[in-house]
Amino acid sequence: MSKLAPTPGQTVGPFYGYALPFNKDNELLAPGSPGSIRLQGTVYDGAGNAIPDAILEIWQPDSEGKIVERTGSLVRDGYTFTGWGRGSVGNSGVYTFTTVNPGPTAPGAAAFISVAVFARGLMNRLFTRVYLPENEEALANDPLLSSLDPERRKTLIARRDADGGLTWDIRLQGGDETVFLDFQQDGSLETSVNADHSARVNQA
Amino acid sequence: MPHEQTAQALESEELVPPAEPHAAQESKKVETQADLSAEIKAMGDRYAEALKNGRGPETMPRLDYSPYRSSILRHPTKSLHHADPETIELYSPAFGHQDVHALESDLTIQHNGEPQGERIIVAGRVLDGDGRPVAGQLVEIWQANASGRYIHKRDQHPAPLDPNFTGVGRCITGDDGSYSFTTIKPGAYPWKNHLNAWRPAHIHFSMFGSEFTQRLVTQMYFPGDQLFPLDPIYQSIVDQDARDRLVAQYDHELTSPEWALGYKWDIILTGSKRTWTENEAYGDAGDEE
Repeated sequence: MSKLAPTPGQTVGPFYGYALPFNKDNELLAPGSPGSIRLQGTVYDGAGNAIPDAILEIWQPDSEGKIVERTGSLVRDGYTFTGWGRGSVGNSGVYTFTTVNPGPTAPGAAAFISVAVFARGLMNRLFTRVYLPENEEALANDPLLSSLDPERRKTLIARRDADGGLTWDIRLQGGDETVFLDFQQDGSLETSVNADHSARVNQA
Repeated sequence: MPHEQTAQALESEELVPPAEPHAAQESKKVETQADLSAEIKAMGDRYAEALKNGRGPETMPRLDYSPYRSSILRHPTKSLHHADPETIELYSPAFGHQDVHALESDLTIQHNGEPQGERIIVAGRVLDGDGRPVAGQLVEIWQANASGRYIHKRDQHPAPLDPNFTGVGRCITGDDGSYSFTTIKPGAYPWKNHLNAWRPAHIHFSMFGSEFTQRLVTQMYFPGDQLFPLDPIYQSIVDQDARDRLVAQYDHELTSPEWALGYKWDIILTGSKRTWTENEAYGDAGDEE
């Protein structure tokens, strides 16, 4: 339980483009190297339009399920897999990462990549997860997925592409809104962000 | 949505960060600061009422905060789903001196000449919710120049660019969680949220903790800014105490004689969920070199 009140977040704004991106930021390993896959998708707003100014970060274990704690993400040496990457969407809202399929961190665990989403117009970063689609038993037993309605659960599971890559879209708002996560157990903090909205919905 | 429409929206976005087209359709009339201030006040009043009725204080911005027009279609409408952080989420990417050069923390020496404006030092510590220093972690900043202009191509504010100022810095925190940047005090700048909308001067900050769930991107402000009550982004944090946590303090001890004014700003990340070993708590996990 936290003792100190946390510093609030603020939107990443529109002008991060000359600051946050860096050389090979979205290449956790070189494209085309053994085991590399493409993770891609589109970020959409509540009207179904692609968002041209979002930036994502992924953080994942290696293909063996090992959590790598090695430096060298900002200045990549071309050989060290650090497990972390940053990718800006292009004008059509599409992001791309070159990475590996994360391995399960324990036998039988569902393998997933942790994702943080930032965008102009998004007041605070959002956390979510993208799961590999294959191991249905592991997915069924996953503590997070099994706590979700089947419809919402789908939003966290990537689609396997013919070329071995993964496609996973993010929807910030709407009927098929992606499940976003709140990790603060002292609850009132982040869940209250929608208090005003709920109040309006209840009045309506 | 037809593709052409998206393309058109993008084209207009190249000029300035606009209000969402959808907001403009809702009300054809030009929205003034008075309109926005009334909305901001109404939401503030509702929050004050809720506090009086015993609700706990909010510490984060509202994701759903319509006075910031661009947020209208970009906030989740379903509650964030409570989850216990697991495995990878309980660790953080590691950064070290291989990633960041020591000179990257001085934004005034990145070009051949001295940048225009008021030279300042911004320094403080990054701590977790239990007060433990976040050691050996990455801090990134970006900002407008002294005249309120970003080097970003989408910023078309007709204020001069400064050939000697890019406005991007990085550093790795010390063993005590400390960071320090030398930079130029950024100017306020206009944006298109509503007519005569101006952002208070601010520096964008990006921080990592010892767990990925502590990831924080925010904005640091300067004390006494007259634009605070008018700014929908700052006011999206409806709690005054929480808003104050984004405002640096002038610190004469930090001021460097005949060189630069000092501002102190400490950053508190959310509490960590992992069970800590003694060594980790003092930052051995950071730089492997």
